Amino acid sequence: MACAVSTEAAPFDPARPYALAGSVSLRPEQFGALVYDFSTRRLSFLKSPLLVSVVRELAQQPDVTAALAAAGVPGAEHDRYLRALAGLAETGTIGPRAEEEQS
Amino acid sequence: MKLVDHFEQGLDAPICLTWELTYACNLACEHCLSSSGRRDPRELSTAEAKAVIDELQRMQVFYVNIGGGEPTVRQDFWELLDYAIAHQVGVKFSTNGVRITPERARQLAATDYVDVQISIDGATAEVNDAVRGPGSFAMAYRAMENLAEAGFENFKISVVMTRHNVGQLDEFKAIADKFGAQLRITRLRPSGRGADVWNDLHPTTDQQLQIYDWLIANGEQVLTGDSFFHLNALGSTPLAGLNLCGAGRVVCLIDPVGDVYACPFAIHDQFLGGNIRDAGGFETVWRTSELFTSLRQPQSGGACTSCSAFDACKGGCMAAKFFTGLPLDGPDPECVKGNAESALALVGSGGALPQPDKDHSRTGRTRPVVLGMPTLAVGAPDRACDTSPLAGLR
Repeated sequence: MACAVSTEAAPFDPARPYALAGSVSLRPEQFGALVYDFSTRRLSFLKSPLLVSVVRELAQQPDVTAALAAAGVPGAEHDRYLRALAGLAETGTIGPRAEEEQS
Repeated sequence: MKLVDHFEQGLDAPICLTWELTYACNLACEHCLSSSGRRDPRELSTAEAKAVIDELQRMQVFYVNIGGGEPTVRQDFWELLDYAIAHQVGVKFSTNGVRITPERARQLAATDYVDVQISIDGATAEVNDAVRGPGSFAMAYRAMENLAEAGFENFKISVVMTRHNVGQLDEFKAIADKFGAQLRITRLRPSGRGADVWNDLHPTTDQQLQIYDWLIANGEQVLTGDSFFHLNALGSTPLAGLNLCGAGRVVCLIDPVGDVYACPFAIHDQFLGGNIRDAGGFETVWRTSELFTSLRQPQSGGACTSCSAFDACKGGCMAAKFFTGLPLDGPDPECVKGNAESALALVGSGGALPQPDKDHSRTGRTRPVVLGMPTLAVGAPDRACDTSPLAGLR
């Protein structure tokens, strides 16, 4: 299952593979996207379309840094996006993907 | 552009959609915002309701707030609930508790993506039943016990704040804590039958401050449906929420016959965007109806723009203004600066008040002639035009 996400809380590590949590859906909107977690019934927002692209890329890329590059985030912006992604990992919106599930 | 500015211009689909499945209700609450009681014979069929769910899934409306009337008296309620969940449309449904038996409570506790909201309007039977009818507190309380015993965590207890229950805020919170539930308090609107009791039930000026202070003290533990943003002018700390009238922008209502209104509190032709039975369905109403398009344009603050508190309260609630006969670009009837008082005095006799034009009350309250079939056809066979709330259950 490509969308399987570990439930264990590990510190956010950009060198590892991540993915959108299985219980979470994104709905694109002009400003970015609505984020809904069906398990916690919590609604949140991604406030830029580029961040939406990054989140969508996560599942396709071997690690978070590669997802930033694939989505076209400028180098100078990487830190800012990594902080945003760390926040999403903290709330369980995204989570680490087990290595063996990559293929 | 700030997020809230995007919201003001409308989204591709609502964030929070209220869907009232039936106007039938076993209760006859004095302040019912939808004037419910009798089933409307034009009510959506099971197949039509499922088609709505399909459309909501396509539009990625993540969850709906289902209400009524009393939604659980629809015979196909549990079928529709299962169908919605199977189609990635989460459900929170509001109920007076009539059908929340121990068995149903266990079934609900075992189902993901469902939230249950039990309505009470008093923390004691005395205060509650005066508004919601004899026995309604005991019925709701039993439903809460059943949910808690079944292990349903964090269900909601929903309270409309009235003059008689503001003093019970701590007691409501205690009931919620006792059941491991979350308290939700919302504003009384002069909508539906609420217009008849508005003058007697809406909180006093002192009570408005009490509500504001209590919400500030209790923070985000208590839900409000963003309904008290008109109180933001009372202090420097804004209440949690978007501070925005979401009508037609991020919220709307689908009523039991498929009519789409800009807001659950505005069941009136003036706020009707279209019907889901029309060509193009719900999506076309939401995205292109003239009414919804106009609500997404910059709104005039009118008389309020010169007020120092305008940025805090944004002129308040559209439905509250409309049903008290006030101009939509003027102050809210409960304006905390007292700016509505002179305007309300001018409305005076009530002759200028918009009359509710969608009454499903069992008594046919505002109708000189009761239309449709008799509502007390005891023992009559079930049929399409049977508007009794017990249709199909006899």
